[in-house]
Amino acid sequence: MSATTQTPTAPDSRTTSKAAQLLGDRRLPVLVTATLFLAMYIAGLSRYQNYGFGEPQVFLNLFIDNGYLLVAAVGATFVIMSGGIDLSVGSVIGFTTMFTAWLVERQGLPILVVIPMALAVGALGGFLMGYVIHNFEIQPFIVTLAGLFLFRGLCLVISKESIAIGDASVSSMAQAQASLGVGFLSVGAIVALVVLAVAFYVLHYTPFGRRVYAIGGNEQSALLMGLPQGGTKIAVYTVSGFCSALAGLLFTLYIQSGDPLHATGMELDAIAAVVIGGTLLTGGSGYVLGTLFGVLVLGLIKSIIQFEGTLSSWWTKIATGVLLCAFILIQRAMTARKKA
Amino acid sequence: MAEPLPVLEMTGIVKEFPGVRALSGVDFRLFPGEIHALMGENGAGKSTLIKVLTGVYSLDGGTITLDGKSVRFGSPLQAQQAGISTVYQEVNLCPNLSVAENIFIGREPTRFGRIQWKRLRKEAAELVDRLGLDIDVTAPLSSYPLAVQQLVAIVRSVSTGAGEGQGTKVLVLDEPTSSLDRDEVLELFRLMRRLKDEGVAILFVSHFLDQIYEICDRMTVLRNGTLVGEHMVSELDQVGLIQLMIGKALDQLEELHEHQLHADVGETLLKADGLGRTGGIAPFDLEIKKGEVVGLAGLLGSGRTELARLLFGADQPDSGKVSIGGKQVSMSAPNDAIGAGVAFCSENRKTEGLVPDLTVRENIILALQAARGWTRPIPSAQRDELVGKYIKALDIRPANPEARVGQLSGGNQQKVLLARWLITQPKLLILDEPTRGIDIGAKAEIQKLVVSLSEDGMSVLYIAAELEEVLRLSHTIGVLRDRKLVARLTNGPEITSSKILETIASGEHQ
Amino acid sequence: MTTTSRWRALTHHHLFWPVAVLVVLLLVNVPFTPDFFSIRMTDGHLYGSLVSIVLFGSPLILVAVGMTLVIATGGIDLSVGAVVAITGALTCSYISDQADQNALSAVFLAMGVGLVAAVVCGLWNGFLVARMGIQPIIATLIIMVAGRGVAQLITDGKIITINSEPYKLIGGGYWLTLPFSIFVVAAVVAVTVALTRRTALGLLVESVGGNAEASRLVGIRSLRIKIMVYVFCALCAGIAGLMISSNTSAADGNNAGLWIELDAILAVVIGGTSLLGGRFSIGGTVIGALVIQTLTTTIYTIGVPTQTNLVFKAAVVIIVCLLQSPKFRAKVFGAKFGSKSGATGGGTSPATPAKTATTPEAAPKMEVS
Repeated sequence: MSATTQTPTAPDSRTTSKAAQLLGDRRLPVLVTATLFLAMYIAGLSRYQNYGFGEPQVFLNLFIDNGYLLVAAVGATFVIMSGGIDLSVGSVIGFTTMFTAWLVERQGLPILVVIPMALAVGALGGFLMGYVIHNFEIQPFIVTLAGLFLFRGLCLVISKESIAIGDASVSSMAQAQASLGVGFLSVGAIVALVVLAVAFYVLHYTPFGRRVYAIGGNEQSALLMGLPQGGTKIAVYTVSGFCSALAGLLFTLYIQSGDPLHATGMELDAIAAVVIGGTLLTGGSGYVLGTLFGVLVLGLIKSIIQFEGTLSSWWTKIATGVLLCAFILIQRAMTARKKA
Repeated sequence: MAEPLPVLEMTGIVKEFPGVRALSGVDFRLFPGEIHALMGENGAGKSTLIKVLTGVYSLDGGTITLDGKSVRFGSPLQAQQAGISTVYQEVNLCPNLSVAENIFIGREPTRFGRIQWKRLRKEAAELVDRLGLDIDVTAPLSSYPLAVQQLVAIVRSVSTGAGEGQGTKVLVLDEPTSSLDRDEVLELFRLMRRLKDEGVAILFVSHFLDQIYEICDRMTVLRNGTLVGEHMVSELDQVGLIQLMIGKALDQLEELHEHQLHADVGETLLKADGLGRTGGIAPFDLEIKKGEVVGLAGLLGSGRTELARLLFGADQPDSGKVSIGGKQVSMSAPNDAIGAGVAFCSENRKTEGLVPDLTVRENIILALQAARGWTRPIPSAQRDELVGKYIKALDIRPANPEARVGQLSGGNQQKVLLARWLITQPKLLILDEPTRGIDIGAKAEIQKLVVSLSEDGMSVLYIAAELEEVLRLSHTIGVLRDRKLVARLTNGPEITSSKILETIASGEHQ
Repeated sequence: MTTTSRWRALTHHHLFWPVAVLVVLLLVNVPFTPDFFSIRMTDGHLYGSLVSIVLFGSPLILVAVGMTLVIATGGIDLSVGAVVAITGALTCSYISDQADQNALSAVFLAMGVGLVAAVVCGLWNGFLVARMGIQPIIATLIIMVAGRGVAQLITDGKIITINSEPYKLIGGGYWLTLPFSIFVVAAVVAVTVALTRRTALGLLVESVGGNAEASRLVGIRSLRIKIMVYVFCALCAGIAGLMISSNTSAADGNNAGLWIELDAILAVVIGGTSLLGGRFSIGGTVIGALVIQTLTTTIYTIGVPTQTNLVFKAAVVIIVCLLQSPKFRAKVFGAKFGSKSGATGGGTSPATPAKTATTPEAAPKMEVS
């Protein structure tokens, strides 16, 4: 039991109305997202029952097809929770695909050597961005924008052409499946779920995680409370860089190629998933489990559009935008209530 | 009773800022188990002293002794670890975390790096319980009103360092009561007494005289960065205290007090009926006549600024109404007041007055331009003439309309602010501490200006910390105390500084 | 004496650093392309590197000019790229539906439809920021995400190609020997400068961005002003959208104006307008946009592989931002720089001695870059 999963008993003698209390509950957005996911899933079931939507594997495919996004979004959750933003996510993913493909295919390095290298590069990139943000007090938006340019540029420096990966160990890793009886999960999906679990543990059960919440809630207070706010900030961007690189590796497995244009704009998907998952964009409030639901909702939109057949892919973007808008307005209503 | 040794002793404290000596040789001591008030008006050096003590500022001279050992703090964290904790007016906690977490964050009980939530909550609950508070530690902090958050901040403060077996020795409470209601203040006082009984030395800053006399044992009074005196609360009455704070002996004040007020006061311009705002100022009635100077006398935090802000629509009133020139004005935003001819020079020139990056000229025309709207710019010839005229009339230096306002001295910035409103030709000019932090020469000029404006028929609401200023300029004096307008005195030979002092001290007008 | 003070006045002009960077970048080209500055006349059209820099930089200048005003109020607009795509898509799909794609009335109507859509986007952004009080970066994210979807919806996911001579003029035609785009840009910049400096709009925008609370207390209706700048910004993006789609005679919902918001923000920052709001410079922004375009051209002419363009751009962002960061300047240039800036402060105002050197947070803002 953690503090966050237990129902907080209402402070007696100061109880407010039920509705106001509900609106004030930090878990409301997550509940909304989870309900939305269920509703969409049930709607999908009733509509495409005859097309195999009910197959357990369709559900499991949500994890297989969106594992990399989940990992990236978990990294983004740390950053957004701390009150920052990371625009370099998509570029780091793209860079990792190129970097990996280039090392494996052109340099002939074994994938097991390449993986730690790629992760180290991503984490180092995040660390440097965090270092600049904290030490020189430059807005995260601008610093990570530079990161976006830099990593996308480095992709192109490696090669302008896409590099297909034919390495046997990579394809065997990509095709490995873990059977669950009713269906199977890919390596990527399992890694994503492990990352999610680790992130949950870190955010809720370690002092570092609580510091992330604290500086997102009120950075000035965190500083006055004697928390190492600078180190936490740098660490948060390092985590995001690491997660982006890991997401890049999963994406490489998923696509089995490196391409300088891979994952262009994926930072927007990651940010959207985090916000739809109920994390306050101004920081301090939210749950990494919400991010899971955010990713699942985005994934489900894609699946439904596929099942629908007549709907085109751009509806994904529109639906994402509409959901984003709805959740931003819910957040706004919540924060406005708190100030009143 | 033999005095025990002080737990904290500060001697000859000096703190300098570029161009200003904020503290010059201040002595201060604090005994275990006492509640000690630090008193002083704006610029007295209260907050500087507190910041030196808590490690926010470094020391330029003097020594700090804690428990007989000489100490020097490089950061608030170091001061905290040495046993000096501070709770500010603004609650410096994280509203998004639970009460328990707020108490323990940064020193959570962990095992193998994993936070022991159960233990954390249990310890927090015990702590809250021991201090006689009724707070659910698992609820998020933001679900509680500010007063309770304040109490939680204190709980956190006194519990820091408890793990190392020494506990908090000194607790600094910097204006914790500013926005609390009476019941909440009582709850705070209960907690303070409890801590006092446990031997904690409490340094208490409040603008409410009643509170000082209710809870404190001893007080230290500062003025202009120097120590004026240390007294037992029981041995100094309120009139004496205010004299010390304001800094002139009574007879000295009398001499300065001369009346040369013009008698040409016209019909009623502004009338406020039961205007008030919870947490700001209690409902008050006020009338300002054409050409009249109404002075507001009261100590810092007595509600004088809050009253002025209500008359300008800078804060929204939650009761009462205002009419200007016989017409009721809604006062929901500054625009309403400006439209009715009210102008307001805030006491916070930097944050609420000037736009530092803009030039003198741009800052001067800002109010007039805002009233005209963006489509009707002031023709450049007229603009330069107006700006030139006021730079000259008010003697703004450098007399360069292109200079950036941020680079001007305080007095000149104040004049720019005045010029901004004067060119709009307001009917009522509200001046909140216009002479604060500026040199004597500029002070006299601004006071002369107020006299001549009122002679020309402009009404002025004048707020100043110095009673003599208010006395010299005002036809009517409103006296404030503890967020209430307690008296309205018509200025005349029988009104003296001591009379006003007594009114402030007693809270009523005989 | 006078030459040094004149030199100092020059180096402290807010356009000095942007112009210096631009000139250096232009000069770098000369050893590689000796006739870099030459402009020749072919078929009654002027050609040359300088002309192409302005031509290719046109959409960016437009978007950046609108962005300048938004940033001056302390905001930011991420949705401009999506607005570019929507405007182009609407206009082109309208034209492609016409029987006669060369009919002037139809082309004007189509452009009108496109620009109205842009204005609607601006109103929405302004409403969220000013009325709802949502952080600009978040509010404009919505259209940034959904806008491209809408653009693709309009074009049905295809690249709509059109064949309209009058429409081609805007982004690809010539007039009086010069590319027509240059005239459009000149007109928009002139209108913007007139709108901000001939009226009081510029002053009020700078006031709102420079000190929001003081502006409220002085009676400025910041709500209207904020909505206005977001609408204006979207309108500029809309015109850029027309230009881009006209240049290619096609509307590509997916790629038109991709990442232009980031380039535009960069142009504004290089031009010396602080991301925190306040003082702005349209001239600086135009030069900033030209710097970015020249960088691209230079990388091409000096033979560095074009793909490193983005790496250079990243370097520029980092350098510009570090130079603008007071903390960085204090750390790297240390006391030397501090005393210098204190001295310059004393130069303009005798009232403040060089006391600012010791307090980094009080150091006067230098108009570097």
